[in-house]
Amino acid sequence: MPFTRYAEVGRVVLVNYGPESGKIATIVDIVDQNKCLIDGPQDITGVVRQVIPFSRIALTDLTVKIQRNARAKTLKAAWAEADTLNKWEATSWAKKLAAKKKRASLSDFDRFKVMVAKKQKSAIIAKKMEELAA
Amino acid sequence: MTVAGVMRQYQVVGRKAATDDHPNPEAYRMVIFAPNPVIAKSKFWYYLHQFRKMKKTTGEILDCVEITEKNCRTVKNYGIWLRYSSRSGTHNMYREFRDVKLTGAVSQLYDEMAGRHRCRPRSIQIIRTATVGAKDLKRTNGMQFAKAGVKFPLPHRVSSAKRGQRALSDSTYTTVRPTTFFG
Repeated sequence: MPFTRYAEVGRVVLVNYGPESGKIATIVDIVDQNKCLIDGPQDITGVVRQVIPFSRIALTDLTVKIQRNARAKTLKAAWAEADTLNKWEATSWAKKLAAKKKRASLSDFDRFKVMVAKKQKSAIIAKKMEELAA
Repeated sequence: MTVAGVMRQYQVVGRKAATDDHPNPEAYRMVIFAPNPVIAKSKFWYYLHQFRKMKKTTGEILDCVEITEKNCRTVKNYGIWLRYSSRSGTHNMYREFRDVKLTGAVSQLYDEMAGRHRCRPRSIQIIRTATVGAKDLKRTNGMQFAKAGVKFPLPHRVSSAKRGQRALSDSTYTTVRPTTFFG
């Protein structure tokens, strides 16, 4: 299997570890084998411009067309043009992360509602299965 | 003896103490890399008494101020000329580092000298530092990352089990090998 996700200027990454964990950012420059310079852009994703090791980030499939060391303004414009934030939210990766987050933040009443909904769903499925079996 | 750690850059200015026949001695300024101003001042006297006839007891430090990086938002190539003593002699060396700050590059230097040459920070003297343009780089490692359009995949990604006590998997035992290919 060839590699399709490269660490390069403009690659959108997901921060996995540290204070910015869970947020996405763009690689603005590569320092060396182990670290890169990322920037949110800060206004869109909340990640400030910083050096971060590759072990703390995960590469996504999205890229943005920018020059190396792009200024925050240029980066924001490139993100708006490529509609990156919406593209990211539409990926199943982002949806799964959002679902996990939601599930972790449920209250007891919400969990009760989930339980009731699951029971209703399996009741519908069971009835259908009975019809098909007959 | 410089202790290793995150280095900071200090400008230390000192002179011989003023006497009646020399009320205004010449002041000398040095840029010192040290973890804190105490060590910076100590290093100042260490170098100064090698260059000129003055020492801590016969002199005074006029100023010790930290120099912060002007722009820590771009990656620069730093060339560092140093002199270090090995087990069999003392040598000059030139090394290059890519970093966002000069002090970051110097910290990298100390770590790398310790790793590659078993050289302790006390044996290292930094002669000169400079920002180097991408086309003037001499060492291949920095050259390949300073190039335009550099890109590489991240193969065989192993998540560190030590850091944050984050295990390679959620459960203690598993029957499936972890995946290391993430595109």
